[in-house]
Amino acid sequence: MLRNSKDSFGLISILFHWIIALIFLGQILLGYLMSRVSDFTLQFSLFQWHKSFGFLVLGLSAVRLLWKAASVSPSNPESMTTIERVGSRIVHAALYGALFIVPLTGWAIASSSPLLIPTYMFNLVVIPSLPLQVSDNAEAFWTASHAYLAYFSATIAALHILAALHHHFWKKDAILTRMLRPSPAPAERR
Amino acid sequence: MPARKRLRRVQVIFAGMLAMAASVAAADTLSEVAGRYDIQPSSHIGFTVAQVGGGGITGDFKKFSGVFALNKSDIAHSMIDFTLYPESVVTGQARIENFLRSDAVFDTENFPTIKFKSTQITQTSPDTAVISGLLTARGKSSPATFQATLSGHGKNTITFHVDGKIMRSRYGMDVGTPIYSNVVQFDMTIEAQRT
Repeated sequence: MLRNSKDSFGLISILFHWIIALIFLGQILLGYLMSRVSDFTLQFSLFQWHKSFGFLVLGLSAVRLLWKAASVSPSNPESMTTIERVGSRIVHAALYGALFIVPLTGWAIASSSPLLIPTYMFNLVVIPSLPLQVSDNAEAFWTASHAYLAYFSATIAALHILAALHHHFWKKDAILTRMLRPSPAPAERR
Repeated sequence: MPARKRLRRVQVIFAGMLAMAASVAAADTLSEVAGRYDIQPSSHIGFTVAQVGGGGITGDFKKFSGVFALNKSDIAHSMIDFTLYPESVVTGQARIENFLRSDAVFDTENFPTIKFKSTQITQTSPDTAVISGLLTARGKSSPATFQATLSGHGKNTITFHVDGKIMRSRYGMDVGTPIYSNVVQFDMTIEAQRT
């Protein structure tokens, strides 16, 4: 029940999926809002929360990838066409990539900004800077990359959500429900 | 008397003479420098706010004014009155300066000055003193203490090195803690002209 099986997700994979999904989408919203508030005190604090949660996404995603590598992946329903399978692979790979690339470009902003504001993750751990050029131009480049990649990721996530809903309501298969709750342990199922 | 003991006695006497000379010199200095002074724009009002992981924000204030009086007979009766214009903050980073001037920190629009008025000056050695007083910033007043060291004087000029630590949270300026320290370390060179 904790681990994946040939046709279902275990609790660990399900928790990784939803916790990271929630933080990642929350981060996109927070990132949009924080760069538009005019109150400096609030803005400073929102930026620090955004950085902390960004490193949380990065850390959780690294552990999730290891967990995925050590787990079996539930197989796709027989009814899926080749195009759907290829599409699914591309979208999933893009989402996994985004979980690393988007936080890393965020880290690059904090590292290249001449403001040199330290990253103090949840006021607990100081995160060192990446060895990048520190300048206004470098900061602007990484800021733009981070924002575009984040909004692009949001588009991919929207495709992923639409596909899940399509499976659930149109094709009426278990693609969505198997990510909502773990299947009973094999012994109980028999 | 063994030679070593004699030498020791000579040393003690010599040290005693030196101490007397120093205190005479100090008394001379105080009567020499007594008077009223205007703080000159050539003074330097520097500050540092440390940050986690090392480094910090270092800057200085370009605009300030102040007067002080050194009492001839008793340093304790001296006083200082100092005004700082936080709008003049310089850090070498325009975005940091704008942040400091904003209502997140100094709120220079509503509180254009930071004032310090001494309440007690205590001499701690021939050329050092502790200055206690009331610091008013952002409409809040709280006691503050600075250490002053006489670094030189001419006939009508005098120079002090002054440093002190201010807890910015007491003045409603605790934005950014604990990434940035609550302690603002002041490092000042006060150059003054007798009036």
